[in-house]
Amino acid sequence: MLIVACIKQVPDTTQVQIDPVTNTLVREGIPFIVNPYDTHALEESLRLKDRFGCRAAAISMGPPNAEATLKKALALGVDEAILLSDRVFGGADTLATSNVLAAAIRKLSEEEEVGLVICGKQTIDGDTAQVGPGIATRLGFTQLTLIDRIEEFDPVRKKIRVRRKLEGRHEIVEAPLPAMLTVVRELNRPRYPTVPMRLASVDAEVKVWNNQVLKLDEQKIGLKGSPTWVSRIFSPEREKGEIIGEGIKDPKQTARLLVEKLLSKDLLSL
Amino acid sequence: MSPNPILFTIILVAALVFFAWSCYRRFSLITLGREENRYDNPGLRIWDMLLYAFGQKRVVQKPFGINHFVIFWAFVILLIANLEFIIHGAFPQLGLATLPASLHHFLLFAFDLVSVFTLIAITLSFARRIFSPPPYLSTQYVKARSPEAFLILAFIGILMLAYFGFHGAEIAMGETEAAPYMPVSAFVAQLMAPYPSLLATFAAVSWWVHAVVLLAFMCFLPHSKHMHILTAIPNCFFQTLGKANTQPREEFVKGNEFGVARVDQFTWKDLFDGYSCTECGRCQDACPATNTGKPLNPRQVIHAIKTNLLDNGPLMQAGGKPVVPLIGEEGEGTNTEETIWSCTTCGACLQACPVMIEQMPKIIKMRRHLVQMESRFPEELLNLFENMEQRSNPWGIAPSERTKWVSTMNVQPFEKGKTEYLFYVGCAGSFDSRAKHITVALATILNAAGVSWGILGREEGCCGDSLRRLGNEFVFDKIARENVKQFQEKGITKVITLCPHCFTTFKNDYRQYGLEIEVIHHTEFIDQLLRQGRLKLNHQVKELGNIVFHDSCYLGRHNDVFDAPRQVIETATGSAPQEMERSRENSFCCGAGGGRMWMEEFNGERINLNRVGEALTTNPDTICVSCPYCMTMFEDGLKDKQAGGVRVKDIAELVAEGLRTNP
Ligand SMILES: Cc1cc2nc3c(=O)[nH]c(=O)nc-3n(C[C@H](O)[C@H](O)[C@@H](O)COP(=O)(O)OP(=O)(O)OC[C@H]3O[C@@H](n4cnc5c(N)ncnc54)[C@H](O)[C@@H]3O)c2cc1C
Ligand code: SF4
Ligand code: SF4
Repeated sequence: MLIVACIKQVPDTTQVQIDPVTNTLVREGIPFIVNPYDTHALEESLRLKDRFGCRAAAISMGPPNAEATLKKALALGVDEAILLSDRVFGGADTLATSNVLAAAIRKLSEEEEVGLVICGKQTIDGDTAQVGPGIATRLGFTQLTLIDRIEEFDPVRKKIRVRRKLEGRHEIVEAPLPAMLTVVRELNRPRYPTVPMRLASVDAEVKVWNNQVLKLDEQKIGLKGSPTWVSRIFSPEREKGEIIGEGIKDPKQTARLLVEKLLSKDLLSL
Repeated sequence: MSPNPILFTIILVAALVFFAWSCYRRFSLITLGREENRYDNPGLRIWDMLLYAFGQKRVVQKPFGINHFVIFWAFVILLIANLEFIIHGAFPQLGLATLPASLHHFLLFAFDLVSVFTLIAITLSFARRIFSPPPYLSTQYVKARSPEAFLILAFIGILMLAYFGFHGAEIAMGETEAAPYMPVSAFVAQLMAPYPSLLATFAAVSWWVHAVVLLAFMCFLPHSKHMHILTAIPNCFFQTLGKANTQPREEFVKGNEFGVARVDQFTWKDLFDGYSCTECGRCQDACPATNTGKPLNPRQVIHAIKTNLLDNGPLMQAGGKPVVPLIGEEGEGTNTEETIWSCTTCGACLQACPVMIEQMPKIIKMRRHLVQMESRFPEELLNLFENMEQRSNPWGIAPSERTKWVSTMNVQPFEKGKTEYLFYVGCAGSFDSRAKHITVALATILNAAGVSWGILGREEGCCGDSLRRLGNEFVFDKIARENVKQFQEKGITKVITLCPHCFTTFKNDYRQYGLEIEVIHHTEFIDQLLRQGRLKLNHQVKELGNIVFHDSCYLGRHNDVFDAPRQVIETATGSAPQEMERSRENSFCCGAGGGRMWMEEFNGERINLNRVGEALTTNPDTICVSCPYCMTMFEDGLKDKQAGGVRVKDIAELVAEGLRTNP
């Protein structure tokens, strides 16, 4: 049984700044990282591999330099890493993205049964949380979102029981395989690659599939296949704060002023 | 005299064969270790050997060490006596008597005297072990009052007594003309004089006791901790020239093993260290981890290596697998992971060891294995490692924030050809809100002295110190290459650092990457500026009150900068700082080195509290430090001790205080 983790390369958003003049992201010189939620998706696929002897694959759609992300996955121990890269995939929204990812998973399942697809809850750049569910819909897989624990996994009887992390409560759900999970950070602690694995990953092959391999209708992928358009990105104006009180010279008075201020703005009630 | 040369020769040959076989068995195990070049610069090596082994330089640093000095030299001198004893025992016609009379008499006189000194020293050692053994003489596995320790002392004592026994009897029987030159033996002879009929038997019995004990001692040596009699002198010869605080590089190519998890992955010198330990406990007495109840004891680490080698070595020589793990559950030949992670890399053990054993580097080698081969480390380190690799600082803060401190002053970037010094601010100085005050203070000082300086700003990366000490050599290697490349491309030749960790990394570690530049820590630089008159203070700093100085391990012990900070304090305040009991070379770590800064401290007393407690005994108003990590540890410690009235100041802040015009 194959377990597929979907991982996306994203700019390290803590290092992204917004150009105050053009209101666009300054992406120059910003290092790329693996989308943090996806590191947990990847880790879970590796744990299932370790425990049940499944095979683990990582797939990513992105530009050629996203290969680095997949090399990291290889260093961590996935058996197969596939980069979905083609000019015609570019400019995709969540619909077009899930079309490509779903097609790739379908292709993988021609070789080996795919039991589980694991995605992050959302990305830190697009933030839509739609790609996972999109894949599940397109593949007809059971859709299990916001998972913070896998309670039971049974590849033989093709069953999974998971815990969903919802606002103020948990939900335990049982479902048949194949399924698609989106996962939250509480699920696990990602492992750290060993040096021999890192060195091995340098020469390990990242397969690249373009649309000649996937053979998708060009109207369903990339910019053409994307009904969503991002018209403008900007950082919201933030009101400048003010400094009140005398600071450490008169801490009591400062604290009193602060509490009064918070009360007057009704910021302390629930 | 020689009662029975034939019988003696038979016993002697048997003993020599046994001794040689024991030595062969043990020393051949050393060849299981990896290759390491310890043969370069023989002149310097011989000098070090004379100083540390024959001069017993470190042994005599503890008062009781003088006792060992006596025993050591007595041993060397009596080696001649015992050699003669053996030769003469087997070949009665050969012996000292064949030497010119004056030399013969001088030697006999020396042997007599030295034997008395030895007896006194041995008695003292006996008494110490029985009545007041210092706690550091014992570990879980080796006790101060162990039968072995007493057996060895008894062997030596009996040898001396027997020596006087048969020489006394000889004199009493009038068999030697050398009596006037042997005052002690002559005295013994007087005691025996009333029993003329017993003299011959007594002489023979004493002689045989001497012979048997001497050979037994020799045979026992390779099997006991007194193997150090054979290994300590060569160990001093093979010691690291300079300091053993800089770990060797690793070559990251496929198929290599990284770090040490099996005893044969150590180098031959590491294994030889195991054989050289005298179990004196000095490293254990100095170690901040041992002192605060952590599972680490550097002496035990060395002992474990030796025990492990003796247990596994013969199997491995025969092509088998080791049975006792080097890293694993507590055991005599095993180090636990907790042990390995407890080290602050303070170097106190390296400083204490009289026979120049290198404990700390072995701990790092085992860390290298855990991190690089198994990805096993305390969970707090995962974030640290990711942050270092991703954003080149321990906290994972965006590199663009490195220059935030600059907002309060006008700071120029380093420019090739235009700027003389690079002020390498470092991660703490850039991001830690308390340490940023040190950065601003130092920048103010540099400006006041008219120094041409600049910074790298957001292009500055972490030096990688914590990574290297934590055994993450792979990522350190990456960071080091990047930094060295940047320094070389930017034409940087002089660097001022604010942190002793950056200081040591650039100065010592990056040398392995071909970076040969002038690196200076700010305490030294300020000291120079003051001496040259380039920096003039506006007033004498009295407002910080009574000041006590704490030596940072990486500035002091690891790099021998002891006087500069003290000199600066004296110049700025008009008086020398207070000293703690453990200071300079013997300073006690704050607890943050070796990457411990980023780990929780679960066991025993907190190291920083121990040190803060010591500082408080000097009744300071201000504790003066020279390292941002020490700063954090002291400030935290003072809060825990609720000693709110006491401040912590960096040397730079103290000097900047003196620059203010309105104190
Ligand atoms: C600032 C910004 C705003 C955007 N806003 C929108 C918008 O409002 N609507 C819209 O349709 N598009 C939008 N896009 C485009 C969109 O983000 C991406 O094109 C889409 O591919 C992924 O959506 P996401 O990043 O939100 O992923 P999410 O749906 O948040 O991702 C969930 C999970 O799906 C998987 N995944 C997502 N993308 C990939 C990939 N390329 N390869 C492998 N696995 C993947 C990962 O496991 C991920 O954790 C925006 C892009 C940017 C940069
Ligand atoms: S370096 Fe310091 S903490 Fe580590 S073993 Fe030696 S004395 Fe102990
Ligand atoms: S390692 Fe050195 S200091 Fe420590 S017990 Fe052995 S000989 Fe003494």
